[in-house]
Amino acid sequence: MTVFTPQLAARLVALGVAMVILQVAAVSQIELFGTNADLSPLVVAAVGLLVGSVPGACFGFAAGLFLDLALVQTVGLSSLLYVAIGYWAGRVRELRDPQAALVPFAVGAAATAVATIGYSLMQFLLGVDAPVSFLLVREILATILLNALIAGVVHAVVRRWLMPALPEDPRRRRRRAYTTGGLSPLSRA
Amino acid sequence: MYDKTVRRRRAVLGLLVASSLILLTAYFGESTGGGLHAVQRGVLEVVAPIQEGASRALKPVRDLSGWVGDTVDAKGEVKQLRAERDALRDRAVAGTSAVRENSELKRLLALGERAGLADDSPVTARIIGQDPSVWWAQVTINKGTGDGVRQDHPVVGPSGLVGLVHEASPNSAVVTLLTDHTMAIPARVAESGVTGVVQVEAGRPNDLVLRFTTRNDEVDPGQIVVTAGTQSRKDRLQSFYPPNVPIGRVTRVDDPGTDDQRVHLRPFVNMRRLEFVQVLTRTRSAT
Repeated sequence: MTVFTPQLAARLVALGVAMVILQVAAVSQIELFGTNADLSPLVVAAVGLLVGSVPGACFGFAAGLFLDLALVQTVGLSSLLYVAIGYWAGRVRELRDPQAALVPFAVGAAATAVATIGYSLMQFLLGVDAPVSFLLVREILATILLNALIAGVVHAVVRRWLMPALPEDPRRRRRRAYTTGGLSPLSRA
Repeated sequence: MYDKTVRRRRAVLGLLVASSLILLTAYFGESTGGGLHAVQRGVLEVVAPIQEGASRALKPVRDLSGWVGDTVDAKGEVKQLRAERDALRDRAVAGTSAVRENSELKRLLALGERAGLADDSPVTARIIGQDPSVWWAQVTINKGTGDGVRQDHPVVGPSGLVGLVHEASPNSAVVTLLTDHTMAIPARVAESGVTGVVQVEAGRPNDLVLRFTTRNDEVDPGQIVVTAGTQSRKDRLQSFYPPNVPIGRVTRVDDPGTDDQRVHLRPFVNMRRLEFVQVLTRTRSAT
Protein backbone atom coordinates (compact mmCIF):
# COMPACT_ATOMS: atom_id res chain seq x y z
CA MET A 1 0.00 0.00 0.00
CA THR A 2 1.30 3.39 -1.00
CA VAL A 3 2.06 5.78 1.81
CA PHE A 4 1.05 9.40 1.46
CA THR A 5 4.11 11.61 1.58
CA PRO A 6 4.04 15.38 1.46
CA GLN A 7 5.76 15.28 -1.88
CA LEU A 8 3.19 12.90 -3.29
CA ALA A 9 0.34 14.97 -1.88
CA ALA A 10 1.78 18.13 -3.41
CA ARG A 11 2.17 16.50 -6.75
CA LEU A 12 -1.37 15.14 -6.61
CA VAL A 13 -2.75 18.59 -5.76
CA ALA A 14 -0.81 20.16 -8.63
CA LEU A 15 -1.97 17.40 -10.92
CA GLY A 16 -5.60 17.89 -9.93
CA VAL A 17 -5.49 21.67 -10.43
CA ALA A 18 -3.69 21.35 -13.76
CA MET A 19 -6.17 18.72 -14.86
CA VAL A 20 -9.17 20.91 -14.13
CA ILE A 21 -7.63 24.02 -15.68
CA LEU A 22 -6.50 22.14 -18.77
CA GLN A 23 -9.86 20.45 -19.11
CA VAL A 24 -11.84 23.66 -18.78
CA ALA A 25 -9.55 25.97 -20.73
CA ALA A 26 -8.53 23.78 -23.63
CA VAL A 27 -9.62 20.18 -23.87
CA SER A 28 -13.33 20.84 -23.53
CA GLN A 29 -13.10 23.28 -26.45
CA ILE A 30 -11.36 20.89 -28.79
CA GLU A 31 -13.82 18.81 -30.73
CA LEU A 32 -12.82 15.42 -32.09
CA PHE A 33 -15.20 12.94 -33.70
CA GLY A 34 -18.06 15.25 -32.78
CA THR A 35 -17.30 15.20 -29.06
CA ASN A 36 -14.76 16.35 -26.48
CA ALA A 37 -12.26 14.33 -24.54
CA ASP A 38 -12.73 14.21 -20.75
CA LEU A 39 -9.41 14.15 -18.98
CA SER A 40 -10.80 13.87 -15.45
CA PRO A 41 -11.75 10.18 -15.33
CA LEU A 42 -8.54 9.28 -17.16
CA VAL A 43 -6.34 11.15 -14.70
CA VAL A 44 -8.21 9.79 -11.69
CA ALA A 45 -7.98 6.24 -13.05
CA ALA A 46 -4.29 6.69 -13.81
CA VAL A 47 -3.63 7.94 -10.28
CA GLY A 48 -5.56 4.97 -8.87
CA LEU A 49 -3.57 2.57 -11.05
CA LEU A 50 -0.26 4.09 -10.03
CA VAL A 51 -0.83 4.96 -6.40
CA GLY A 52 -3.47 2.60 -5.07
CA SER A 53 -7.09 2.52 -3.98
CA VAL A 54 -7.13 4.85 -0.98
CA PRO A 55 -5.00 7.60 -2.49
CA GLY A 56 -6.90 7.10 -5.72
CA ALA A 57 -10.23 7.51 -3.97
CA CYS A 58 -9.00 10.58 -2.07
CA PHE A 59 -7.66 12.12 -5.26
CA GLY A 60 -10.92 11.35 -7.01
CA PHE A 61 -12.92 12.99 -4.26
CA ALA A 62 -10.77 16.12 -4.22
CA ALA A 63 -10.57 16.41 -7.98
CA GLY A 64 -14.32 15.91 -8.33
CA LEU A 65 -15.04 18.50 -5.66
CA PHE A 66 -12.73 21.02 -7.30
CA LEU A 67 -14.30 20.33 -10.65
CA ASP A 68 -17.81 20.82 -9.30
CA LEU A 69 -16.83 24.04 -7.60
CA ALA A 70 -14.91 25.44 -10.54
CA LEU A 71 -17.57 24.57 -13.08
CA VAL A 72 -20.45 25.57 -10.79
CA GLN A 73 -21.99 22.13 -11.03
CA THR A 74 -23.90 20.17 -8.46
CA VAL A 75 -21.38 19.86 -5.64
CA GLY A 76 -20.70 16.26 -4.64
CA LEU A 77 -21.78 14.65 -7.87
CA SER A 78 -18.41 14.37 -9.57
CA SER A 79 -16.81 13.61 -6.21
CA LEU A 80 -18.99 10.57 -5.77
CA LEU A 81 -18.24 9.24 -9.23
CA TYR A 82 -14.51 9.92 -9.10
CA VAL A 83 -14.22 8.32 -5.68
CA ALA A 84 -15.60 5.17 -7.23
CA ILE A 85 -13.27 5.42 -10.22
CA GLY A 86 -10.12 6.12 -8.19
CA TYR A 87 -10.90 3.39 -5.72
CA TRP A 88 -11.75 0.82 -8.38
CA ALA A 89 -8.60 1.59 -10.41
CA GLY A 90 -6.53 1.30 -7.28
CA ARG A 91 -8.08 -2.03 -6.44
CA VAL A 92 -7.29 -3.27 -9.95
CA ARG A 93 -3.69 -2.48 -9.31
CA GLU A 94 -3.69 -4.00 -5.82
CA LEU A 95 -5.50 -7.19 -6.72
CA ARG A 96 -4.36 -7.90 -10.28
CA ASP A 97 -1.17 -5.89 -10.70
CA PRO A 98 -1.71 -5.95 -14.47
CA GLN A 99 1.38 -5.69 -16.64
CA ALA A 100 -0.14 -5.57 -20.12
CA ALA A 101 0.45 -2.43 -22.14
CA LEU A 102 -3.23 -2.18 -22.97
CA VAL A 103 -4.29 -1.93 -19.32
CA PRO A 104 -4.28 1.90 -19.23
CA PHE A 105 -6.48 1.96 -22.32
CA ALA A 106 -8.97 -0.54 -20.92
CA VAL A 107 -9.05 1.10 -17.50
CA GLY A 108 -9.38 4.53 -19.10
CA ALA A 109 -12.32 3.39 -21.24
CA ALA A 110 -14.01 1.77 -18.26
CA ALA A 111 -13.44 4.85 -16.08
CA THR A 112 -14.89 7.08 -18.79
CA ALA A 113 -17.88 4.80 -19.12
CA VAL A 114 -18.50 4.95 -15.38
CA ALA A 115 -18.09 8.73 -15.36
CA THR A 116 -20.30 9.52 -18.35
CA ILE A 117 -23.02 6.96 -17.76
CA GLY A 118 -22.97 7.54 -14.00
CA TYR A 119 -23.17 11.28 -14.45
CA SER A 120 -26.12 10.93 -16.81
CA LEU A 121 -27.89 8.54 -14.44
CA MET A 122 -27.31 10.87 -11.51
CA GLN A 123 -28.65 13.79 -13.48
CA PHE A 124 -31.78 11.84 -14.30
CA LEU A 125 -32.12 10.82 -10.65
CA LEU A 126 -31.73 14.43 -9.60
CA GLY A 127 -34.62 15.41 -11.81
CA VAL A 128 -33.02 16.84 -14.93
CA ASP A 129 -35.84 16.79 -17.42
CA ALA A 130 -34.10 15.47 -20.51
CA PRO A 131 -35.02 12.54 -22.73
CA VAL A 132 -32.61 9.66 -23.25
CA SER A 133 -31.97 10.46 -26.85
CA PHE A 134 -29.89 8.73 -29.47
CA LEU A 135 -27.74 11.84 -29.47
CA LEU A 136 -26.91 11.37 -25.79
CA VAL A 137 -26.03 7.72 -26.27
CA ARG A 138 -23.89 8.55 -29.28
CA GLU A 139 -22.14 11.29 -27.33
CA ILE A 140 -21.38 8.93 -24.48
CA LEU A 141 -20.04 6.25 -26.79
CA ALA A 142 -17.93 8.75 -28.72
CA THR A 143 -16.45 10.12 -25.51
CA ILE A 144 -15.62 6.62 -24.28
CA LEU A 145 -13.95 5.81 -27.59
CA LEU A 146 -12.00 9.04 -27.71
CA ASN A 147 -10.88 8.73 -24.10
CA ALA A 148 -9.81 5.15 -24.69
CA LEU A 149 -7.60 6.37 -27.51
CA ILE A 150 -5.83 9.00 -25.42
CA ALA A 151 -5.79 7.01 -22.18
CA GLY A 152 -2.31 5.68 -22.85
CA VAL A 153 -0.85 9.16 -23.27
CA VAL A 154 -2.61 10.48 -20.19
CA HIS A 155 -1.42 7.52 -18.16
CA ALA A 156 2.15 8.01 -19.33
CA VAL A 157 2.10 11.71 -18.44
CA VAL A 158 0.61 11.06 -15.00
CA ARG A 159 3.12 8.31 -14.31
CA ARG A 160 5.98 10.54 -15.35
CA TRP A 161 4.72 13.31 -13.07
CA LEU A 162 4.17 11.10 -10.05
CA MET A 163 7.14 8.77 -10.41
CA PRO A 164 9.61 10.86 -8.41
CA ALA A 165 7.18 10.92 -5.51
CA LEU A 166 6.27 7.29 -5.58
CA PRO A 167 7.99 5.28 -2.88
CA GLU A 168 8.22 2.34 -5.14
CA ASP A 169 8.93 2.73 -8.80
CA PRO A 170 6.32 0.73 -10.69
CA ARG A 171 8.79 -0.08 -13.41
CA ARG A 172 11.28 -1.45 -10.92
CA ARG A 173 8.52 -3.36 -9.26
CA ARG A 174 7.49 -4.83 -12.55
CA ARG A 175 11.03 -5.65 -13.53
CA ARG A 176 11.55 -7.38 -10.21
CA ALA A 177 8.32 -9.28 -10.57
CA TYR A 178 9.41 -10.41 -13.99
CA THR A 179 12.93 -11.50 -13.06
CA THR A 180 12.50 -12.93 -9.60
CA GLY A 181 8.82 -13.29 -9.14
CA GLY A 182 9.02 -10.60 -6.46
CA LEU A 183 10.27 -12.99 -3.87
CA SER A 184 13.91 -12.04 -3.47
CA PRO A 185 14.67 -9.41 -0.84
CA LEU A 186 17.98 -8.78 -2.60
CA SER A 187 16.25 -7.21 -5.55
CA ARG A 188 15.41 -4.18 -3.44
CA ALA A 189 19.05 -3.25 -3.26
CA MET B 1 -2.58 -6.25 10.19
CA TYR B 2 -4.39 -7.17 6.99
CA ASP B 3 -7.78 -6.70 8.62
CA LYS B 4 -6.72 -3.35 9.90
CA THR B 5 -5.61 -2.27 6.46
CA VAL B 6 -8.84 -3.46 4.92
CA ARG B 7 -10.91 -1.78 7.58
CA ARG B 8 -8.99 1.43 7.18
CA ARG B 9 -9.40 1.32 3.42
CA ARG B 10 -13.09 0.68 3.66
CA ALA B 11 -13.48 3.37 6.27
CA VAL B 12 -11.78 5.90 4.04
CA LEU B 13 -13.96 4.85 1.14
CA GLY B 14 -17.10 5.03 3.22
CA LEU B 15 -16.09 8.42 4.55
CA LEU B 16 -15.49 9.78 1.08
CA VAL B 17 -18.76 8.41 -0.27
CA ALA B 18 -20.64 9.72 2.71
CA SER B 19 -18.99 13.10 2.32
CA SER B 20 -20.01 13.21 -1.30
CA LEU B 21 -23.59 12.32 -0.50
CA ILE B 22 -23.72 14.87 2.31
CA LEU B 23 -22.36 17.53 0.00
CA LEU B 24 -24.85 16.54 -2.66
CA THR B 25 -27.75 16.65 -0.26
CA ALA B 26 -26.64 19.87 1.32
CA TYR B 27 -26.16 21.52 -2.03
CA PHE B 28 -29.63 20.58 -3.12
CA GLY B 29 -31.15 21.52 0.17
CA GLU B 30 -29.78 25.02 0.44
CA SER B 31 -30.79 28.14 -1.39
CA THR B 32 -28.55 29.93 -3.85
CA GLY B 33 -27.34 32.11 -1.05
CA GLY B 34 -26.25 29.11 1.03
CA GLY B 35 -22.77 28.20 2.19
CA LEU B 36 -21.84 25.75 -0.55
CA HIS B 37 -23.03 28.14 -3.23
CA ALA B 38 -20.98 30.88 -1.63
CA VAL B 39 -17.93 28.62 -1.61
CA GLN B 40 -18.60 27.79 -5.24
CA ARG B 41 -18.70 31.47 -6.11
CA GLY B 42 -15.51 32.08 -4.18
CA VAL B 43 -13.72 29.26 -5.95
CA LEU B 44 -15.01 30.55 -9.24
CA GLU B 45 -13.62 33.98 -8.51
CA VAL B 46 -10.24 32.53 -7.69
CA VAL B 47 -10.17 30.09 -10.55
CA ALA B 48 -11.62 32.38 -13.22
CA PRO B 49 -8.45 34.48 -13.74
CA ILE B 50 -6.38 31.31 -13.86
CA GLN B 51 -8.78 29.85 -16.36
CA GLU B 52 -8.63 33.01 -18.41
CA GLY B 53 -4.86 32.99 -18.42
CA ALA B 54 -4.76 29.32 -19.28
CA SER B 55 -7.36 29.85 -21.94
CA ARG B 56 -5.24 32.56 -23.56
CA ALA B 57 -2.09 30.53 -23.23
CA LEU B 58 -3.73 27.48 -24.75
CA LYS B 59 -5.44 29.39 -27.52
CA PRO B 60 -2.83 28.38 -30.10
CA VAL B 61 -3.50 24.75 -29.22
CA ARG B 62 -7.23 25.25 -29.69
CA ASP B 63 -6.65 27.18 -32.89
CA LEU B 64 -4.42 24.44 -34.22
CA SER B 65 -6.99 21.84 -33.35
CA GLY B 66 -9.73 23.99 -34.85
CA TRP B 67 -7.70 24.52 -37.97
CA VAL B 68 -7.12 20.81 -38.34
CA GLY B 69 -10.79 20.12 -37.72
CA ASP B 70 -11.89 22.83 -40.13
CA THR B 71 -9.49 21.56 -42.75
CA VAL B 72 -10.80 18.03 -42.40
CA ASP B 73 -14.37 19.29 -42.50
CA ALA B 74 -13.61 21.50 -45.47
CA LYS B 75 -12.04 18.62 -47.34
CA GLY B 76 -15.13 16.60 -46.64
CA GLU B 77 -17.29 19.42 -47.94
CA VAL B 78 -15.28 19.98 -51.08
CA LYS B 79 -16.58 16.86 -52.80
CA GLN B 80 -20.18 17.62 -51.91
CA LEU B 81 -19.88 21.26 -52.93
CA ARG B 82 -18.23 20.32 -56.21
CA ALA B 83 -21.08 17.96 -56.97
CA GLU B 84 -23.58 20.70 -56.11
CA ARG B 85 -21.68 23.20 -58.24
CA ASP B 86 -21.65 20.82 -61.19
CA ALA B 87 -25.35 20.15 -60.83
CA LEU B 88 -26.12 23.86 -60.61
CA ARG B 89 -23.88 24.60 -63.56
CA ASP B 90 -25.69 21.98 -65.61
CA ARG B 91 -29.00 23.48 -64.64
CA ALA B 92 -27.77 26.97 -65.40
CA VAL B 93 -26.49 25.89 -68.79
CA ALA B 94 -29.73 24.09 -69.53
CA GLY B 95 -31.71 27.11 -68.39
CA THR B 96 -29.65 29.55 -70.41
CA SER B 97 -29.88 27.32 -73.42
CA ALA B 98 -33.64 27.02 -73.02
CA VAL B 99 -34.00 30.78 -72.71
CA ARG B 100 -31.95 31.33 -75.84
CA GLU B 101 -33.87 28.71 -77.78
CA ASN B 102 -37.12 30.21 -76.61
CA SER B 103 -36.02 33.65 -77.68
CA GLU B 104 -34.91 32.41 -81.06
CA LEU B 105 -38.12 30.52 -81.66
CA LYS B 106 -40.12 33.62 -80.75
CA ARG B 107 -38.10 35.66 -83.19
CA LEU B 108 -38.70 33.04 -85.83
CA LEU B 109 -42.42 33.23 -85.26
CA ALA B 110 -42.31 37.00 -85.26
CA LEU B 111 -40.46 37.04 -88.58
CA GLY B 112 -43.01 34.66 -90.03
CA GLU B 113 -45.81 36.98 -88.97
CA ARG B 114 -44.07 40.12 -90.19
CA ALA B 115 -43.14 38.71 -93.57
CA GLY B 116 -46.44 36.93 -94.02
CA LEU B 117 -44.78 33.56 -94.20
CA ALA B 118 -47.55 31.72 -92.42
CA ASP B 119 -49.06 30.81 -95.78
CA ASP B 120 -45.81 29.20 -96.84
CA SER B 121 -46.29 26.30 -94.43
CA PRO B 122 -43.15 26.90 -92.44
CA VAL B 123 -41.58 23.85 -90.82
CA THR B 124 -39.42 24.64 -87.87
CA ALA B 125 -36.18 22.67 -87.78
CA ARG B 126 -33.20 22.48 -85.52
CA ILE B 127 -29.67 22.82 -86.81
CA ILE B 128 -28.01 19.49 -86.17
CA GLY B 129 -24.85 19.94 -88.16
CA GLN B 130 -22.77 22.82 -89.28
CA ASP B 131 -20.14 23.22 -91.90
CA PRO B 132 -16.88 23.31 -89.97
CA SER B 133 -15.07 25.32 -92.62
CA VAL B 134 -14.75 29.07 -92.53
CA TRP B 135 -16.93 29.42 -95.58
CA TRP B 136 -20.17 28.99 -93.69
CA ALA B 137 -21.60 27.20 -96.67
CA GLN B 138 -23.97 24.58 -95.37
CA VAL B 139 -25.88 23.40 -92.36
CA THR B 140 -27.82 20.24 -91.71
CA ILE B 141 -31.31 20.37 -90.22
CA ASN B 142 -33.37 17.69 -88.50
CA LYS B 143 -36.34 17.85 -90.85
CA GLY B 144 -36.51 16.16 -94.22
CA THR B 145 -38.87 14.87 -96.84
CA GLY B 146 -40.91 13.17 -94.14
CA ASP B 147 -41.85 16.65 -92.93
CA GLY B 148 -42.50 18.05 -96.35
CA VAL B 149 -39.05 19.51 -96.88
CA ARG B 150 -37.88 19.34 -100.50
CA GLN B 151 -34.95 20.50 -102.50
CA ASP B 152 -34.93 24.25 -103.27
CA HIS B 153 -37.25 25.15 -100.46
CA PRO B 154 -36.24 28.50 -98.96
CA VAL B 155 -35.05 28.59 -95.38
CA VAL B 156 -35.41 31.55 -93.03
CA GLY B 157 -33.93 32.25 -89.62
CA PRO B 158 -34.99 34.49 -86.75
CA SER B 159 -33.63 37.60 -88.46
CA GLY B 160 -34.04 36.89 -92.13
CA LEU B 161 -33.15 34.71 -95.03
CA VAL B 162 -30.83 31.80 -94.34
CA GLY B 163 -30.57 29.92 -97.58
CA LEU B 164 -32.01 27.13 -99.68
CA VAL B 165 -32.52 23.43 -99.17
CA HIS B 166 -29.82 21.75 -101.18
CA GLU B 167 -30.67 18.14 -100.51
CA ALA B 168 -33.35 16.44 -98.50
CA SER B 169 -33.48 12.97 -97.04
CA PRO B 170 -36.42 11.50 -95.13
CA ASN B 171 -35.29 12.82 -91.76
CA SER B 172 -32.83 15.57 -92.49
CA ALA B 173 -31.84 18.09 -95.06
CA VAL B 174 -28.80 20.06 -96.08
CA VAL B 175 -29.28 23.78 -96.40
CA THR B 176 -27.00 25.89 -98.52
CA LEU B 177 -26.53 29.19 -96.75
CA LEU B 178 -26.84 32.47 -98.53
CA THR B 179 -23.19 33.05 -97.65
CA ASP B 180 -22.21 30.27 -100.04
CA HIS B 181 -20.63 31.55 -103.25
CA THR B 182 -22.99 29.52 -105.43
CA MET B 183 -26.03 31.40 -104.20
CA ALA B 184 -27.74 34.14 -106.20
CA ILE B 185 -30.85 35.66 -104.69
CA PRO B 186 -33.15 38.13 -106.44
CA ALA B 187 -33.42 41.05 -104.10
CA ARG B 188 -34.49 44.62 -103.82
CA VAL B 189 -33.81 47.54 -101.56
CA ALA B 190 -36.82 47.85 -99.33
CA GLU B 191 -36.82 51.66 -99.22
CA SER B 192 -36.31 52.42 -102.93
CA GLY B 193 -37.32 49.26 -104.71
CA VAL B 194 -33.96 49.00 -106.49
CA THR B 195 -33.56 45.44 -107.64
CA GLY B 196 -30.54 43.25 -108.18
CA VAL B 197 -29.06 39.90 -107.31
CA VAL B 198 -27.41 39.20 -103.98
CA GLN B 199 -24.28 37.14 -104.10
CA VAL B 200 -21.40 36.61 -101.78
CA GLU B 201 -17.90 37.91 -102.21
CA ALA B 202 -15.64 34.91 -102.68
CA GLY B 203 -13.62 34.42 -99.53
CA ARG B 204 -15.66 36.96 -97.54
CA PRO B 205 -18.73 35.06 -96.41
CA ASN B 206 -19.93 37.87 -94.21
CA ASP B 207 -19.98 40.39 -97.01
CA LEU B 208 -22.86 40.08 -99.48
CA VAL B 209 -23.00 42.11 -102.65
CA LEU B 210 -26.06 43.33 -104.48
CA ARG B 211 -25.19 43.26 -108.16
CA PHE B 212 -26.78 44.18 -111.45
CA THR B 213 -28.10 47.52 -110.36
CA THR B 214 -28.04 50.41 -112.85
CA ARG B 215 -26.28 53.75 -112.64
CA ASN B 216 -29.56 55.45 -111.83
CA ASP B 217 -30.24 53.22 -108.86
CA GLU B 218 -29.37 55.18 -105.78
CA VAL B 219 -28.57 53.08 -102.77
CA ASP B 220 -27.41 54.39 -99.41
CA PRO B 221 -25.73 52.67 -96.49
CA GLY B 222 -28.18 51.60 -93.79
CA GLN B 223 -30.90 50.64 -96.21
CA ILE B 224 -32.43 47.21 -95.93
CA VAL B 225 -32.32 44.62 -98.67
CA VAL B 226 -35.09 42.04 -98.88
CA THR B 227 -35.94 39.22 -101.24
CA ALA B 228 -37.62 40.37 -104.41
CA GLY B 229 -39.78 37.32 -105.01
CA THR B 230 -40.70 36.28 -108.49
CA GLN B 231 -40.40 39.07 -111.05
CA SER B 232 -41.14 37.12 -114.18
CA ARG B 233 -44.45 35.81 -115.38
CA LYS B 234 -42.83 32.76 -116.82
CA ASP B 235 -43.05 29.69 -114.62
CA ARG B 236 -39.52 28.61 -115.34
CA LEU B 237 -38.19 31.90 -114.04
CA GLN B 238 -39.96 31.77 -110.72
CA SER B 239 -37.90 32.69 -107.71
CA PHE B 240 -37.41 30.14 -105.00
CA TYR B 241 -37.80 32.85 -102.38
CA PRO B 242 -40.96 34.59 -101.24
CA PRO B 243 -40.82 38.38 -101.34
CA ASN B 244 -39.95 40.70 -98.46
CA VAL B 245 -37.78 38.34 -96.46
CA PRO B 246 -34.98 40.46 -94.95
CA ILE B 247 -31.51 39.63 -96.20
CA GLY B 248 -29.21 42.31 -94.85
CA ARG B 249 -28.37 45.94 -94.36
CA VAL B 250 -26.32 48.01 -96.79
CA THR B 251 -22.90 48.81 -95.38
CA ARG B 252 -21.28 50.66 -98.28
CA VAL B 253 -21.53 51.24 -102.02
CA ASP B 254 -18.52 50.87 -104.34
CA ASP B 255 -18.40 52.95 -107.50
CA PRO B 256 -21.77 54.61 -106.90
CA GLY B 257 -23.57 56.11 -109.89
CA THR B 258 -21.94 53.72 -112.39
CA ASP B 259 -23.13 50.58 -114.05
CA ASP B 260 -20.54 48.70 -112.02
CA GLN B 261 -21.69 49.94 -108.68
CA ARG B 262 -21.52 47.26 -106.04
CA VAL B 263 -23.72 47.46 -103.01
CA HIS B 264 -22.25 45.72 -100.02
CA LEU B 265 -24.50 44.42 -97.29
CA ARG B 266 -24.13 42.55 -94.09
CA PRO B 267 -26.56 39.64 -93.63
CA PHE B 268 -29.01 39.92 -90.78
CA VAL B 269 -28.63 36.31 -89.86
CA ASN B 270 -25.53 35.27 -87.98
CA MET B 271 -24.88 31.95 -89.66
CA ARG B 272 -22.56 30.81 -86.91
CA ARG B 273 -25.17 31.10 -84.22
CA LEU B 274 -28.13 29.51 -85.85
CA GLU B 275 -30.05 27.01 -83.78
CA PHE B 276 -33.49 26.98 -85.37
CA VAL B 277 -34.67 27.75 -88.85
CA GLN B 278 -37.92 27.52 -90.71
CA VAL B 279 -38.23 25.79 -94.04
CA LEU B 280 -40.96 27.30 -96.21
CA THR B 281 -42.41 24.14 -97.66
CA ARG B 282 -45.07 25.65 -99.89
CA THR B 283 -43.79 26.99 -103.18
CA ARG B 284 -45.27 30.27 -104.22
CA SER B 285 -46.70 31.40 -107.44
CA ALA B 286 -45.73 34.73 -108.87
CA THR B 287 -46.45 37.79 -106.77
